[in-house]
Amino acid sequence: MVIVEAALSLSAPQSRGSSTHRLLWELAVLVAAAVSIAAAAQAPPAPPQAPAAPQPRFVVVLDAAHGGDDDPGGHLDTQAEKAYTLALSVKLRSLLNARGIQVVTTRESDANVDTNRRAEIANHANAQACLSLHASQTGSGVHLFASSLPPAPPTRFPAWRTGQSAFITRSLAMAGILNSALQHAGIAVTLGRTAMPAVDSMTCPAIAIEIAPDRATDHAAGSAAKASLDDPVYQARVAEAIAAAMLEWKTEVRQP
Amino acid sequence: MIARHQTILFGVLLAASVAMGAVLWQLRERAHQRLLQGEDSAPTQAPEVAPAEQATLIVANDADSSLLSQVQTLPLPKDQGARARLVLGKLLDLYAAPDAAHPVPGGASSIAQVFLLPAPNRDAGPATSPSPAKPSEASGPQLAVVNLTGSFASSHPSGIEAEILTIQSIVATLHANLPRVTQVRFLVDGQPRPTLAGHADLTRTYLATDAVPTEGAHP
Repeated sequence: MVIVEAALSLSAPQSRGSSTHRLLWELAVLVAAAVSIAAAAQAPPAPPQAPAAPQPRFVVVLDAAHGGDDDPGGHLDTQAEKAYTLALSVKLRSLLNARGIQVVTTRESDANVDTNRRAEIANHANAQACLSLHASQTGSGVHLFASSLPPAPPTRFPAWRTGQSAFITRSLAMAGILNSALQHAGIAVTLGRTAMPAVDSMTCPAIAIEIAPDRATDHAAGSAAKASLDDPVYQARVAEAIAAAMLEWKTEVRQP
Repeated sequence: MIARHQTILFGVLLAASVAMGAVLWQLRERAHQRLLQGEDSAPTQAPEVAPAEQATLIVANDADSSLLSQVQTLPLPKDQGARARLVLGKLLDLYAAPDAAHPVPGGASSIAQVFLLPAPNRDAGPATSPSPAKPSEASGPQLAVVNLTGSFASSHPSGIEAEILTIQSIVATLHANLPRVTQVRFLVDGQPRPTLAGHADLTRTYLATDAVPTEGAHP
């Protein structure tokens, strides 16, 4: 079409000449137009403007540990570990939803969910982050545990108990972001790796987060209180830091 | 009036009773003498006093999630299994102390047994012979099977960090005192158990080279 328009534009001044000349020019223009149309027909069609690829959905799985008659931790300060983790899961879900992050939870009530079922829920969610929530009176601050499985290349059909192997590198990267966010919030962090059946079977970047009393804060304040697990301010700090870390992890995941 | 034959019968029975009593007394005395002759009150073997040696205990500390080496002088027997049980018992005694840095009730009695086996080749599958008969096995790596008591597992503080510190300190202590022990498995009351106290996996084989917790920077 560009060639035809150029020819027509060239033909305009010629139209002021003799009729033979004009006829020859019109003939040349027609030939040029026919040639350009034929060439256009043989050339591959120009690729259509590709629509913007939809952003992959970012899903976080929150696994509130224990539940039902599975409560090996007994009681923390005033409540059982299963109740503490469920409350933390609910709080985190609200914070993440408010940041536009989709959340899948393994339990919403005081129910006993099998270890394999927890991993199934996480794996079916195709999540970009899986957080197993725990609480303990031992230690101080927040303990972050990645699986102790050795890294392995991803396979089409990973073994159930070692499915986390292909995600170890990303799990450790996510642990680093969680570590930074928690430390930024003034919370002591301990990093480690361990074998946990639920985490080892998850095919997503997975971290077990264990909340312990903030004894460092107690010492700094000169408080005689042994633990602050039930301190709502401490709980909110931990939850906010985790939510901030997930937001940062979302940005990191979407970077090419 | 008692009949004559009854009097004679009574006399015969009385005599028989006295005779039987005398025979029984004599037999008893003979048996007693025989027992005294067979019993040697002197010790047949002098009690073996194990020489005191230095043992390295890898002690967990909850305050900073660390494992610290601590050397103690203990009378260690020559038998490797007994030595392993004694060293682990001392480690758990430290944890059962009132001012322990990693408090775990139970103490030395929490270690029921420690079995030492040739370590299975992790590439070629488990070893077929449990007895170290071959020279290569006698000096090769070993798998320690630590049988814990159920009361220890049920009373252990629950938590990922608390449980993994206990496991790693046991594994590291075994390896420090018996360098051939490179792998450790755990049983509770002789049976496999999914977790120690709800978190740490007890069904897997722990390697002596397993990473220990890394202490994060504190604000």
